[in-house]
Amino acid sequence: MYTYIGKRLLLAIPTLIIISIFAFSLQKLLPGDPILAMAGEERDPQVIEFLRDKYRLNDPVVYQYVYWVGAVVQGDFGISLRTNQPVLSLIAEKLPVTIQLAIMAMIFALAIGVPIGILAAVKKNTWIDYIANIVALSGLSVPNFWMGIMLILLVSVKLGWLPASGYEPFFSDPVRSLQTMIMPAFVLGLALAATLMRHTRSSMLSVLRSDYIRTARAKGVSEQAVILQHSFRNALLPIVTLTALLFGELLAGAVLTEQIFTIPGFGKLIVDAVFNRDYAVVQGVVLCTAIGFILMNLVADVLYVLLNPRMRAAL
Amino acid sequence: MTMLQQTLQIAPQHVRSGNRAWRKLKANKSAVVGLVIIIFFVALAVIAPLLPIADPMATSWSAIRKAPSAAHWLGTDDIGRDILSRMIWGARASLMAGVFSVGIAVAIGVPLGLISGYFGGWVDMIISRVTEAFLAMPFLIMAIALAAFLGPSLFNAMIAIGLSAMPLFVRLTRGQVLSVKTEEYVEGARSIGLGHYQIITRYILPNVFSPLLVQASLTIATAIIAEASLSFLGLGQQPPAPSWGSMLNVAKNFLSQAPWMAMWPGAAIFLVVIGFNLLGDGLRDALDPREA
Repeated sequence: MYTYIGKRLLLAIPTLIIISIFAFSLQKLLPGDPILAMAGEERDPQVIEFLRDKYRLNDPVVYQYVYWVGAVVQGDFGISLRTNQPVLSLIAEKLPVTIQLAIMAMIFALAIGVPIGILAAVKKNTWIDYIANIVALSGLSVPNFWMGIMLILLVSVKLGWLPASGYEPFFSDPVRSLQTMIMPAFVLGLALAATLMRHTRSSMLSVLRSDYIRTARAKGVSEQAVILQHSFRNALLPIVTLTALLFGELLAGAVLTEQIFTIPGFGKLIVDAVFNRDYAVVQGVVLCTAIGFILMNLVADVLYVLLNPRMRAAL
Repeated sequence: MTMLQQTLQIAPQHVRSGNRAWRKLKANKSAVVGLVIIIFFVALAVIAPLLPIADPMATSWSAIRKAPSAAHWLGTDDIGRDILSRMIWGARASLMAGVFSVGIAVAIGVPLGLISGYFGGWVDMIISRVTEAFLAMPFLIMAIALAAFLGPSLFNAMIAIGLSAMPLFVRLTRGQVLSVKTEEYVEGARSIGLGHYQIITRYILPNVFSPLLVQASLTIATAIIAEASLSFLGLGQQPPAPSWGSMLNVAKNFLSQAPWMAMWPGAAIFLVVIGFNLLGDGLRDALDPREA
């Protein structure tokens, strides 16, 4: 098992190197010269030269990359041009917000997607199945930022039930925190619920067709036990790994959701950074998301092995 | 099943597979619905200049944030522009973004996938590693980062979305090529002395075409949402040019005063995206050889 995890971690290294090259070269795509922007109105040649030296822009590109990666490996993602804070501490500050949002969204997604998926599979080709499929297709097709705007319009503006925006850390005021997060989490979770529903349905369908289910039915096991104990437990495997993979997707989905509900999280960080031309932050966020994504992929693979006795035996 | 249908099914050799797929597609209700939705929006986008509608950019200080009425069927926006007209012109931006960005993704991704899968070896290793790395970044984050660094415009947004979607096509094409390249007809082509280029274009590409078509349709749906998202964030179509995403961006500031501003653009995105998703799912069923 440990050698398997070790091997998977080693495989992630080339991926990380390529992503770091991508994040680094983004900077080179820039049309303007960031140093000129930093040097201020006067554009004093001495200041410009000093800044160029300070940021090592006079060195060859390859050296610049090596310096940059060297710093990143030590946890130095640079300094935000806007706030003068280290990028890493900015990210560390915003990430818990988005993680709370992501966990709540995942709870919604699982609570909606999995039961409906099971139901649709059990009632295959009935009106329940058709409606579930239409709902899932809609969930996949609706732009989640529009969904967010419509919910604000209905729930906050018309009904006045929940605040339209704002954020409260969970540990300072749990009730208020849940109130502000529940709508964004629902919006973010909806597309995932649709994906989960589709996978649960097809996974259940393939299990329900298998021989051991026929055997279970033949020996008189109740239908409820067949579905919940025999089928669902076996259909769960791909869903667990999918859930881990979808956590990575949540990070991306959070960008728009946080924008609409003005939640000061990871996604808002990248958008604000983009508009403030705070490129060190954009690079840092891109790298961190990719690392998070790769880790979740690893978790998915490990879970798959852990949960599947046949795979465990093969290792 | 009638006798005639049975005969047709037994003797399909003379029927070109494209025709068969088309018949199956026509028989698939949801795919037809999808196609109708798409044709409707494409038609609107194409004939927009000919329609007797208001200028989508014309502002009017006497018609600011007017609710839907006979004069303005869908109301007006914060500077008095006709929303219906902006919606119709906005369809152009959305559809163009969907089609062009997927075009970019296909034009770069498919050849790379063909080369990677067909030749194997170190070329394959490099292309595969890079593809995996790009797939390790969430689609939207990558599109946002690229669009941010390229500079905000509809054209750059399309490039950013296209490049972000490209790895999907590399991976899919490569996988398909790997599964057909050991087929006997490819070996046959090689044994009669055809060159790599001819084998790839005449024997491999046509046989990996179907899954690519399905993927393209589904990716157009994703790309349209991505363009709307980028425009919503201000990284796509720039004002005053109309696009559904940027209309929503403005609309969110006037939710209590002018809710109609927010309703229509989102509903349009939703419909078009459903159209492409339905078509993609329908194509998948129609082109699946296992069910033929």
